[in-house]
Amino acid sequence: MSETVIGIERLCVEFDGEHVLEDVTIDIHAGDFIALLGPNGSGKTTLIRAILDLQPLGHGRISLFGVPQKRFKRWDRIALVPQRLPGASSIPVSVWETVMSGSITPQTRWRPFSRSEKRAATKALHDVDLWDRRRDRLDALSGGQQRRVLVARALASNADVLVMDEPTAGLDAANVAALSRLLAELKQAGKTVLVVTHELDDIEHLVTRAIVLGTSKDRSIGYDGPPPVPNHLAHDHHHHHDAIIDQAPPVVGMQP
Amino acid sequence: MMSILDFDFMRRALVAAAMIGLIAPLIGVFLVQRRLALLGDGMGHVALMGVGLAFLLGTAPIPTAMVTAVIGAFLIEFIRHRSRTAGDVALALLFYGGIAGGVLFASLAPGRASSSLNSYLFGSLSTVAASDLWALGALAICVLAILAVFGRELFAVSLDPDVARVQGIRVQAMSTLLAILAAIVVVVGMRVVGLLLVSAIMIVPVAAAQQISRSFRSTAAIAVVIGLIASLAGLTGSFYVEVPPGPAIVILALACFAVLALVAVPVRRRRLDIA
Repeated sequence: MSETVIGIERLCVEFDGEHVLEDVTIDIHAGDFIALLGPNGSGKTTLIRAILDLQPLGHGRISLFGVPQKRFKRWDRIALVPQRLPGASSIPVSVWETVMSGSITPQTRWRPFSRSEKRAATKALHDVDLWDRRRDRLDALSGGQQRRVLVARALASNADVLVMDEPTAGLDAANVAALSRLLAELKQAGKTVLVVTHELDDIEHLVTRAIVLGTSKDRSIGYDGPPPVPNHLAHDHHHHHDAIIDQAPPVVGMQP
Repeated sequence: MMSILDFDFMRRALVAAAMIGLIAPLIGVFLVQRRLALLGDGMGHVALMGVGLAFLLGTAPIPTAMVTAVIGAFLIEFIRHRSRTAGDVALALLFYGGIAGGVLFASLAPGRASSSLNSYLFGSLSTVAASDLWALGALAICVLAILAVFGRELFAVSLDPDVARVQGIRVQAMSTLLAILAAIVVVVGMRVVGLLLVSAIMIVPVAAAQQISRSFRSTAAIAVVIGLIASLAGLTGSFYVEVPPGPAIVILALACFAVLALVAVPVRRRRLDIA
């Protein structure tokens, strides 16, 4: 069996006394391509934040590349691809600067960016087909293009593990297709990929393992295995969505 | 007509103005990106307490203000970090305390300290002593050296704190470092620009530059050019018109902002047409 990249053992996380994650145990191996599924509020985002040490743990243990998280130093081996940049609207930031920001670490503090780091950024921008836009302001790009820039940033950092938060959410068909081609290449290159998603359909052909959260009260994980997700779980998941939509107030002027 | 360079005090003031015009926008660009534009303002209030304290104790104003402002920087970061909701009010309390304390201490001080407090509030042409220049120069070099080493990490944190943290960058340490850098800038600027307006020279050139720039780096570069033009021209103007230099410098920077904002409209429209 290949190396355990992320080890999660009996993890519990609570907010204000409410259990968000309960008894989560997952071993993620090198080369796994995992879809993390579940309804809103099931703890998907909390789980990836916990893995990345952005979220205090209640109980349980997390290890990264065999090292306990608190002693882990090789953060350059893991990259997070958020849905968007939090402060994208203030100072202009170019596409190139955004991609290069993935290579900034305390280890590179005393030297300028190396040629290989710049080469990796150049290659990543070619890979996402945005090399021609490198000098443009990030906020001048469409939502789908910005998402691809953030993927390029993770690629340029040359991390072994990529954690992606809803990479296909809100994208049009062309951008979804471009992104899933990119994910296929990552998989081929042997990267470990953990994708939080609502839309398994877009990437199901790549996924080696699906993990469904939030299906019961005392145990967060409802399913952990190869796709397809058993019907009743997938069904629950859809039901939940319908429920949220049903509860939403009607939007005036949007009636068909 | 006599050149302003014939006066020793003006030569010193111009050097001090060039230093603040150079370093203030370099820190301001991070403050604006992190939506902390008003942090420098508060820091100026806290530094005022240091100046008042220096009058009262008879110590040198620059080092005393420096120590007070750095303590203020730590306090501000501590408050911002500890409480998200009440942080706003706690910061306001700190800033009011700074300005009230500064005026109070200066009034209690012997001699005519409270009248010279005015020159610290709005800047002055004649107060930069030769010994000050060395202290200010050392502080300015400090800021540039810290930026050379930590600038990229500060950028990564201001772009996306979560991703920066995943990259191993110590986000809280960088936030504190930024507050300390802002404190140093405030002290460097207090002689020429004055404590009430010093944060404007951090923020206004950046706001002007971002109208026409396309990257973080070019924003910083254009902001430095605007900062230098505004501080040197403002100082020179205030010599001839006989007004305090701080307001003159800030009005010039604001004028740059207005011009660039007007220029930016057609530039942006053209870019949209191309895209």
